[in-house]
Amino acid sequence: MSWETVIGLEVHVQINSKTKAFCGCSTTFGADPNTQTCPVCLGMPGQLPVLNTEAARKSALTGLAINGQINLESKFDRKNYFYPDLPKGYQITQFPVPIVEFGHLDIPVPDGIKRIGITRIHMEEDAGKSMHEGLDGVSHIDLNRSGVPLMEIVSEPDMRCADEAVAYLKQLHQLVRFLNVSGADMEKGQFRCDANVSVRRFGEPLGTRAELKNLNSFRFIKQAIEYEVARQIELIEDGGEVVQETRLYDSVKGESRSMRSKEEAHDYRYFPEPDLPPLRISQQELDAIRAGMPELPGALRARFETEFGLSSYDADVLTQTRELAVWYESLVAAHPADPKRCANWMANELLGRLKESGLNISSSPVSALRLAGLLDRIADNTISGKIAKDVLDAMMASGDHADAIIESKGLKQVSDSGAIDDMIVKVMADNPQQLEQFRAGKDKLMGFFVGQVMKASKGQANPAMVNQRLNKLLKG
Amino acid sequence: MDIDVHKVAMLSRIRLTNDEAAELGPQLESILDYVDQLQQVDTEGVVETAHPHDAAMPLRVDVVTNGNRRDALQSSAPNTQSGLYVVPKVIE
Repeated sequence: MSWETVIGLEVHVQINSKTKAFCGCSTTFGADPNTQTCPVCLGMPGQLPVLNTEAARKSALTGLAINGQINLESKFDRKNYFYPDLPKGYQITQFPVPIVEFGHLDIPVPDGIKRIGITRIHMEEDAGKSMHEGLDGVSHIDLNRSGVPLMEIVSEPDMRCADEAVAYLKQLHQLVRFLNVSGADMEKGQFRCDANVSVRRFGEPLGTRAELKNLNSFRFIKQAIEYEVARQIELIEDGGEVVQETRLYDSVKGESRSMRSKEEAHDYRYFPEPDLPPLRISQQELDAIRAGMPELPGALRARFETEFGLSSYDADVLTQTRELAVWYESLVAAHPADPKRCANWMANELLGRLKESGLNISSSPVSALRLAGLLDRIADNTISGKIAKDVLDAMMASGDHADAIIESKGLKQVSDSGAIDDMIVKVMADNPQQLEQFRAGKDKLMGFFVGQVMKASKGQANPAMVNQRLNKLLKG
Repeated sequence: MDIDVHKVAMLSRIRLTNDEAAELGPQLESILDYVDQLQQVDTEGVVETAHPHDAAMPLRVDVVTNGNRRDALQSSAPNTQSGLYVVPKVIE
């Protein structure tokens, strides 16, 4: 009997505004506990929330980017529950009329593109942080995060395996970073995912779902979903029944456990937030938000392929973040003769070195202009590609110009046929046996001689010239 | 209308004695009866009221206006330690 997996995702994205959703407290990450709080986000009596313009604008922008319907009038509601990291005893959120509905995201799947529906995006406020570890009988509460604006992005149950769920999340993660609506740093909890997972026999109605909480890396999300699918199938095949519950995935043990608390705990008793009138966005305001939409990853990728002739792989690598794409375009602007060479050197050489040094493109010691300077020296045959890699290493270490390094280390390519001929003659004299074999018809030894000459020149001989001169001289 | 007063009290974190529950039960039920009457009104074509004032929401510019007032704000907290609020253990 074969089973179908059904997955829907709820993603909490922290909006990267300077201040909280409803008060003028800073949202800076990592501040001393409780130093970024005020009577509003502490839930003190008599305080009134006032919505942050940026939270509304960034939510609407995200809605436009997923081709959603923006509700020009949306409402706020209270979701009631008791927990010490929620000082008001309720969370301000949007329940029946969220700011965005009916969007979608196209994700890459093995046989092409799949469209995943996005039910809604609503604005809400984050809770504080509770700490329990190493404490005896007490918990510690930091409310700096209390009131930080979030978007909750809720998908349709359109995904059919863990890989699709991860593809959707990666696409969404890339999108919110491109839009600059969130830092989306998963380690800082700025992009948090809950997964609703159920299984059914093909053609049957939806099965009962379990909600997996706190999935905070792409790898764990895949593991947690796969574990949950296997657990549910085994349960049903053994004659059991899946119960609707919340489960917490333990990435260390590689298994999940039920967080089942009494049913009542999920009775949130939503009601309209009396402290906030409806949020109205005019058509003009919405048009202005739309006009500020940056080029989105898909469009950028397609443009890189057509305008610069990049492979889809390179285009993909160079559009992972907006910073990478901008950097690549400034590199091409400085070395316009060969956009593909730019892509190769940036994607393969520079990014590899940055990764090894624990850096990223924003902290690269080699600027786009400097890398272009190096590529210019390859283009005009001053150095070979091989030597250029050594020069790039030196540039990474010292931050110097390519020209300064080529000059000071004497790395200029030797294209002087007299000098190359001298090296060839010496290599021939040093390797009489190979020379004899070559002249007897063993053509494969050509590679050996090229290698020897390049070695003799410390890699500085112009390879094309070496080939050409060898062809002449070896034949005797 | 049958209302579980103890459940409602639990959701609101209010401790009630049985006597109090017995007194509050009928009162809550009379409120729900009233809501029931309202439910019978034909609201076809009436736009839902989101807020009693017909006002749009004023928005706030995204500029930090609050500094660190932790000492003052924590002065009414029963228990703090190193700037953190200390509460009874809450992990499930």
